Amino acid sequence: MKSLEEYTLQLKNYHLQAYPDPYKPVEEYFTCQVSNMGSIMLPLLNGWYVHEGENLTTYPNGVLAGSLKAALDQHPNLVKPYLFSKNEDKDELVITNENNFTDGIFIYVPDNVKVEKPFQIVSLINSREDLLVQNRNVIHVGRNSELSVIQCDDSTRYGKTFINVVTDVTLDENARLQYYKTENKEAESVLLNHIRVNQDAGSFFHSNAITFNAGYVCNNILVNLNKPFAEAQLYGLYLVDKNQQCNNRIKISHNSPDCKSYQLYKGIMDDEAEAAFHGHVVVQPDAQRTNAYQTNRNILLTDKAKINTKPYLEIYADDVQCSHGATVGQLDDEALYYLRSRGIGERSARKLLMFAFANEICHHVEIQAFKDRLSDMVQRRLNGELTICDQCMLHNSDQSGLIFPIDPSKL
Amino acid sequence: MLKIENLHVSIKGREILSGVNLDIQAGEVHAIMGPNGTGKSTLASVIAGKEGYEVTEGSIIYKGKNLLDLSIEDRAREGIFIGFQYPVEIPGVSIANFMRTALNEIRQYRGLDPLNGAQFLKLMNEKKKVVELTEKLSNRSVNEGFSGGEKKRNEIFQMAMLEPTLAILDETDSGLDIDALRIVANGVNQLKTPDNATIVITHYQRLLDYIVPDVVHVLFDGKIVKSGPKELALELEERGYDWIKEEYEHSKLS
Repeated sequence: MKSLEEYTLQLKNYHLQAYPDPYKPVEEYFTCQVSNMGSIMLPLLNGWYVHEGENLTTYPNGVLAGSLKAALDQHPNLVKPYLFSKNEDKDELVITNENNFTDGIFIYVPDNVKVEKPFQIVSLINSREDLLVQNRNVIHVGRNSELSVIQCDDSTRYGKTFINVVTDVTLDENARLQYYKTENKEAESVLLNHIRVNQDAGSFFHSNAITFNAGYVCNNILVNLNKPFAEAQLYGLYLVDKNQQCNNRIKISHNSPDCKSYQLYKGIMDDEAEAAFHGHVVVQPDAQRTNAYQTNRNILLTDKAKINTKPYLEIYADDVQCSHGATVGQLDDEALYYLRSRGIGERSARKLLMFAFANEICHHVEIQAFKDRLSDMVQRRLNGELTICDQCMLHNSDQSGLIFPIDPSKL
Repeated sequence: MLKIENLHVSIKGREILSGVNLDIQAGEVHAIMGPNGTGKSTLASVIAGKEGYEVTEGSIIYKGKNLLDLSIEDRAREGIFIGFQYPVEIPGVSIANFMRTALNEIRQYRGLDPLNGAQFLKLMNEKKKVVELTEKLSNRSVNEGFSGGEKKRNEIFQMAMLEPTLAILDETDSGLDIDALRIVANGVNQLKTPDNATIVITHYQRLLDYIVPDVVHVLFDGKIVKSGPKELALELEERGYDWIKEEYEHSKLS
């Protein structure tokens, strides 16, 4: 199995995708058919924002959404402050992204606006060449405002990709953000999602990252709870098999008193798949009355599958409530016996129990249509029926290949 | 329907059942009584096919088939149902999904088409009435957070859904108050037909006031030491098990 270092060493073999010019707007050949979701699509093709109409849309309520590059031209004062993080313990790949990113998504919500429809960032990759994609997303939610974002990372099955995404999230006082991610990548693809969150007083951040298929996926989340009564809830689910790898690295820094953080990550590893959970909570000396909880539960289906779990609390304040725990196990034999004694075959019984285990994470999604969709995808993933989000018209089914009316070589 | 001959069963080398004989015909209700630790639950587990039990001697023939050759699920698909003494909680698996999966796998085994959603819901609503269940089951996980009484009612509900030919109710009366006992027993009685049979395993005569057995067996020391009509249960209630033990010890000596 390849390490991230080995992938990184081969980066020179990947192509940088130039801006597709001329291009067809993604809407002309792509629809997400998840019904009732009513989301507003923000499509990225091979790392570039390729939307019909303007590159950056200003909505009547003052919300701005679209290309980060366009936003940087038109509203530099809203974008620039977030492009270079002051964080000292930066990953090399984050620095690479900061210096070389091409485009990405910018969403700005002014104060006192509740955005009704979720924004859906769909990052499509369609290329015959091996691609290096470096996206940069900036999301800023103003005081007392609310926003939901769904981010779908999908691949078609052409070349290999190395995707290195950095997303900066800023939540002002009492702002609320629901941030959902689904990752469904083919083998040999690398997807690095770095998310940095800065939270002001009373703000609420909810993240739910679901990895269905992965070559090498890394979900890094860094949360700073900077002012009192900020709260972060991080959920994650990884379902990996064959030679897939999925790492979840979380660091939550309680920089202020009276903040809350909660982490629940679950995973099922089959075949020779490997996954990791590194959950790190730092409670700074002033952060009294902190509540911080972290849990990681895993099921290993084979002797060769691996999980590396490290729940880790670093506490410098004395008046805190913190807990952490990790479990690694197999399915409950008594429950299996019970199901089988009702006529359910062993295979189906195992699948029912695995689904129940995994689906707990989907329960925390608030958008009903998306929640149902995720549950269904989890079910089919465990049945071995899910290859890629088949609601995406772009990726039809495993056998029939792609229905793709434009010649990608011209992009 | 069920014929058990000279059944010897060990758990980890220790013999629990040492020569059980039992013959059950369609349409009959048999009660198996006896003190704690005499092998009543072991008998139920061996019929169900639970792992960890070693049959060292004897046979179980069910509808002409060697039951011991069948997997746990195939026994259920052949019409065997165990009402468990301690039903397990399965968080995240809804009762509806559980029953639909079970029913359709059983139907597939028997060469029948699966029930569609509407047919299944109709059946479920019908069968809920058997044990006076009123709440929605589609949202509730199997046995999760159920009281003792609810768990047992849920067992009988499952029995109603799956319509077994041979039901074995293991201490179904334990942990039930009198109302729950009545509901559970009524449920069992409604499900009785000339084509199916029921084995009721119990400590107490109480349940047998409601589910009236055709035959009462006393299991002691791994064997059925006495069988008789329903009046035997009353006698046991009155006199306890000591006289059975004495009779048994006496017969061993002579």
